[in-house]
Amino acid sequence: MSLWNKHAIFEKNSIVLTVGILVVVAIGGLVEILPLFYLKSTIETVEGVRPYTPLELAGRDIYVREGCYLCHSQMIRSLRDEVERYGHYSLAAESKYDHPFQWGSKRTGPDLARVGGKYSDDWQRGHLSNPRSVVPGSIMPRYAFLAESALDYRHIRDSMSVLALEGVPYTPEMIAKADVDIKAQLSPDDPSVTDLVKRYPKAVAHASLGGDIAVTEQDALVAYLQMLGATVDFKLYDNKANLR
Amino acid sequence: MAQANTVTAPPQGGKSLAIGEILGIVLSILGGLLALFIASKAYTGPYAFHMIVFALAGFGSALFIFRRFTIRPAVIPQEINGRPNYNYGAIKFASLASVFWGIAGFLVGLIIALELAYPDLSMGLPWINFGRLRPLHTSAVIFAFGGNVLLATSLYVVQRTCRARLAGDLSPWFVVLGFNLFIVIAGTGYLLGITQGKEYAEPEWYSDLWLTLVWVTYLLVFLATLWKRKEPHIYVANWFTLAMIITIAMLHLGNNASVPISIFSPKSYIVWSGVQDAMFQWWYGHNAVGFFLTAGFLAIMYYFVPKRAERPVYSYRLSIIHFWALVFMYIWAGPHHLHYTALPDWAQTLGMTFSIMLWMPSWGGMINGLLTLAGAWDKLRTDPVLRMLVVSIAFYGMSTFEGPLMSIKVVNSLSHYTDWTIGHVHSGALGWVGFVSFGALYCLIPWVFNRKLYSLKLVNWHFWIATIGIVLYITAMWVSGILQGLMWRAYTSNGFLEYSFIETVEAMHPFYVIRAIGGGLFLVGSLIMAFNFYKTLASPEEVGAPEINPALAPAE
Repeated sequence: MSLWNKHAIFEKNSIVLTVGILVVVAIGGLVEILPLFYLKSTIETVEGVRPYTPLELAGRDIYVREGCYLCHSQMIRSLRDEVERYGHYSLAAESKYDHPFQWGSKRTGPDLARVGGKYSDDWQRGHLSNPRSVVPGSIMPRYAFLAESALDYRHIRDSMSVLALEGVPYTPEMIAKADVDIKAQLSPDDPSVTDLVKRYPKAVAHASLGGDIAVTEQDALVAYLQMLGATVDFKLYDNKANLR
Repeated sequence: MAQANTVTAPPQGGKSLAIGEILGIVLSILGGLLALFIASKAYTGPYAFHMIVFALAGFGSALFIFRRFTIRPAVIPQEINGRPNYNYGAIKFASLASVFWGIAGFLVGLIIALELAYPDLSMGLPWINFGRLRPLHTSAVIFAFGGNVLLATSLYVVQRTCRARLAGDLSPWFVVLGFNLFIVIAGTGYLLGITQGKEYAEPEWYSDLWLTLVWVTYLLVFLATLWKRKEPHIYVANWFTLAMIITIAMLHLGNNASVPISIFSPKSYIVWSGVQDAMFQWWYGHNAVGFFLTAGFLAIMYYFVPKRAERPVYSYRLSIIHFWALVFMYIWAGPHHLHYTALPDWAQTLGMTFSIMLWMPSWGGMINGLLTLAGAWDKLRTDPVLRMLVVSIAFYGMSTFEGPLMSIKVVNSLSHYTDWTIGHVHSGALGWVGFVSFGALYCLIPWVFNRKLYSLKLVNWHFWIATIGIVLYITAMWVSGILQGLMWRAYTSNGFLEYSFIETVEAMHPFYVIRAIGGGLFLVGSLIMAFNFYKTLASPEEVGAPEINPALAPAE
């Protein structure tokens, strides 16, 4: 009797085969995924990462909805040319509040991990409405409809509550003030911006479009794009302390 | 022809609803009512639309089950004249659905390829912009086309290799129709902007729950059919199918763990975040390739190649080693999608190591498939269907060599984020999955519909047109991917980056046009196939000469 005959137990018993498969396919995932939850070195210690403001969160939902991640990465690799082109390589800590992550897998367009503040609001709006008006060789679709769609933020508090449940440090106050904060972030000269910045450090208020629609989807998306990578000050980041 | 029943004598009295039918009708109606209730309070229009689709499907199934009861015989015999009374109903549906979804998926692929070459083609309309059509393309080809091929072939193969009628009566229909309902919900959702933003796992929480229900039923139908088998051994193709079903269930549940913001909203947030979510995603993503697109289709190879070549599988021992090594190693390969990212280095290194090792079991499978042709190579000259199957194995070998190569970190630093990845995926998807599916369908549709395939000459045309299309596609993507990767990292003699990003985009244009032509040819090939099937089904059913049931060479 050779060892090969022992395999018959799998071939003659579907439950043994099922259990065997389950054990064999579970191992790799357990080894690669579980330690990421308890190894402290997985997520670096860094100042400045904060939850999204309600307007930025609504903008991020639109980013996800339109499938922006299919052409734009948000993950600068630790390679010389990428760091020179886009800025400091991305840290795990910078996406720790991202449900889901949006690192992407393809750069049909450039990386957006640090696009925040790189261009003016006007540029971003013009570019979204017709990318070729500011970048003639661009192959990005036009997103002019975002400027004509009212942002639906009736349920933004539900979104923030769910994210709080999943570990994003939204306080009850942040959730309660969500509507106020959305309006504040679109009124740069209003005193309410002070409260917004207190809750969300380094939040930037943006002038709204000023059309018939009070808050457009474009407003939200621009607020999101303009904060990407703009909250961490890398002058204060200790690279050596976070070696993995 | 008189149907003599050899197992149980059918009761001669009136028939009554089986328990499954009563349950089916009750659950369908209750599900439909629940969907209507949710629709009435839905937060968004698209979600209300989806719930109405679910409600219609629920009420439709109740009617379908009842109407089916009125026309079915009182007892469906398990055997007729000592031969299994195979159940092909749901298989017929899935095989034709795969042809339909295949063409739809290839067409959407062609449209988005053209959008990358000519960006104003979408006219800025939200629902046909690249970002929404791309998940439609990937889901249509992987899950709709590939999934229906897998359902059709696996439910056929498990019956034939067990010599037993499919377990369940309504359940196989539930699996196939339920899966196609999932496809409709997922696909229309993308167009309307419903997505959870995870590649190849875009459908939202309620579609995911529905798919879970369908998939568990699929597992039960498959297992229960194995339990009815008349053969002592479970045939190797079924090992691969079982591994596919189990692993996809595990991946689906892990990667899609999410909390909806309300039962009345399509929106949910994934439980995982950042680096852990990235690891979950590519654990899922790479094994959707490894199990859905590889293990499932290897099951096709292990049945249809030996059948068509009329030769036993080359090596039983190789199939054992190749099976366990493949299912064990594939799971580890995910991190090679995350080289040089914020994923810890130890995980990247593990992912790379296993990806390189994976070359061996992959080629073990390729060798087992190709050498099955030993002594029958001459058939490649005369049988274009067999040629398609064999070339698919060759493409499998090519892309499973290219994959480990690209998983090496230094190679990946160049290839990642570029079209090289897209080219690699398509050599596997068009060459391996596409061709092995077409080969299987050219066998399966004539078998289950009991007809003779209309034209082998058209199969030959399909083969050559699609092959030229694939070659154009993957060579264009090799050139554009490597070119763009090199341009991104090019420095001038003064030490500055040589090209702006947009210059590298502009350099892609000619290759995007060539790629679209390649994809267009692949689509033309599939239209020829559809025509061939149309003429096949329009021909009269074959009479007499009931197919014999040749024994597969026992595993020795």
